[in-house]
Amino acid sequence: MREKRSISDRPEGWGEVPEARHVLPVLHPFRVTPTRFAPRLRARHGLLLGICAALVASSAWAQAGAAMLSPLAVIVKWAPLLLTGFAFNIAISLLAMLIGTVAGVGLGIAMLSEQPILRRVAWGVTQFFRNAPWLVLLFFVMFLVPFQLTVLGIRIPLPDWVKATFGFSLPVMANVAEVVRGAVRSVPTTQWEAAESLAFTRRQILWRIILPQCVKRMLPPWMNIYALVAMATVQASIVGVSEMLTLTAQVHAAEGGRPELFAPLYGFALLCFFLYCYPIDRWTARMERRFQIR
Amino acid sequence: MDVIPDWFQRLYETTGLNFTVFYDSYDFQRYLNGLKTTLYLGISTILVSLVIGAVGALLQGGPSRILRGLINGYVVTFRNTPPLVQIFFFYFGLGTLLPAAQSASGLREPILNNVQWAIISLSLFAGAFNIEIFRSGIEAVPKTTVEAAEALGYTRLKAYLFVILPLALRICLPALNNNLINLLKTTTLAYAIAVPETLYAVKQIWSESQNVFEMMCVLLATYGILVGVLVWIMHRWERALHIPGYGR
Repeated sequence: MREKRSISDRPEGWGEVPEARHVLPVLHPFRVTPTRFAPRLRARHGLLLGICAALVASSAWAQAGAAMLSPLAVIVKWAPLLLTGFAFNIAISLLAMLIGTVAGVGLGIAMLSEQPILRRVAWGVTQFFRNAPWLVLLFFVMFLVPFQLTVLGIRIPLPDWVKATFGFSLPVMANVAEVVRGAVRSVPTTQWEAAESLAFTRRQILWRIILPQCVKRMLPPWMNIYALVAMATVQASIVGVSEMLTLTAQVHAAEGGRPELFAPLYGFALLCFFLYCYPIDRWTARMERRFQIR
Repeated sequence: MDVIPDWFQRLYETTGLNFTVFYDSYDFQRYLNGLKTTLYLGISTILVSLVIGAVGALLQGGPSRILRGLINGYVVTFRNTPPLVQIFFFYFGLGTLLPAAQSASGLREPILNNVQWAIISLSLFAGAFNIEIFRSGIEAVPKTTVEAAEALGYTRLKAYLFVILPLALRICLPALNNNLINLLKTTTLAYAIAVPETLYAVKQIWSESQNVFEMMCVLLATYGILVGVLVWIMHRWERALHIPGYGR
């Protein structure tokens, strides 16, 4: 009679331990002991926390009179506008990421070029944009790029948010270039040699053999950069783009500039960004673990 | 004596490149003050954030679950929200909630001014990253080393201070380098709450002298040099801390 649990596939006639209760502890199948429950913050915790904070803040204001709205009521009242601003932030970050990635892949490949001059120049550009503060680069673009371009007699207006997007895509470009370079460097040299021996040209090797292998490794750092950009977009408010933080300040002024409204309003902005960036962060960490190459 | 001012004066007259900071003593003083504030901000936030990182990493590996949860919450919150909003939240949100004194002229004088708030919020921001970095370093310290320290009768704190942290620091220095450089660059955000650091001073100069392009070059060069100096110091430190036979 076969035993359900453990030692069913031992050789015939080997030992006489038919019943489970006689089985030595050593012969039990290995069972992973459940680890202790590790508390981990999730999006809903942040949401709960924010709601609690808002409730506490508003209950403190309940007795202040009906003429003044409580902080929670203010946030609820202006949430559509503020969330529109947040959507604008995300749009800027996505666009900056798109431009930055395309330019960064080009720059990264230029850094791997076989021509020493091109390589040096690309390296210099990368270092320059990586080491300059984002805000300084943003100022750089905002002040030195004209507000409209005239190409072949056609005037193309450049609104400030377009310039801000360019401003953000410059550091993205440099960071992506570093990521590309690092990923290409991490591909075993044998891959290059094997491709060369199959008479691929250098361009073919790069585009059809090396880069496809790099995509997987580049994804986690690339998402890290994206989270950074998403969080950096609020800096556009300093140079006058009407994104979420600018709108927050305007809402605060519209509600009479009461000093006690600052914390809930900026807390709301913090919450929005947290709810957006935290899942990205967790996802990146998970991918990093999965793709870990040791 | 006045070779440099004269040269820049002539440069302005001949080419129109107006580097006021190098021949106008008033602008130069403003620029210098801005640079001093940036250095003050940078050095103080680096030191405070390192302390936050070391203490936080100790508590994170500690036995208390509540403390661990709190530290994790802090790290996650500060890593995933924009530093600029954090600064605004602290300076406007919490700053106005704190009781304030009255100055002699009857103006409201808060307990903490904008420079102090900038230091607090930037340190908290960078400290959250430092905790993660130190934790990764501590995890890389061999378990046997910790056990050996325990066998020699070290208490948890002493073992952390004298055995684990020195080793962990050496392991995580490259990551720490990156973060501290990032912190130095993030100090520009203090501009938003009118801390008179380099960016702020330079902005003032270019709005008065109408020399945006020239001052922009000065600004970028300044940060390039500052970051370069920090990188150089950290590399020197890395080499000084290097233990033969440990790592590469």
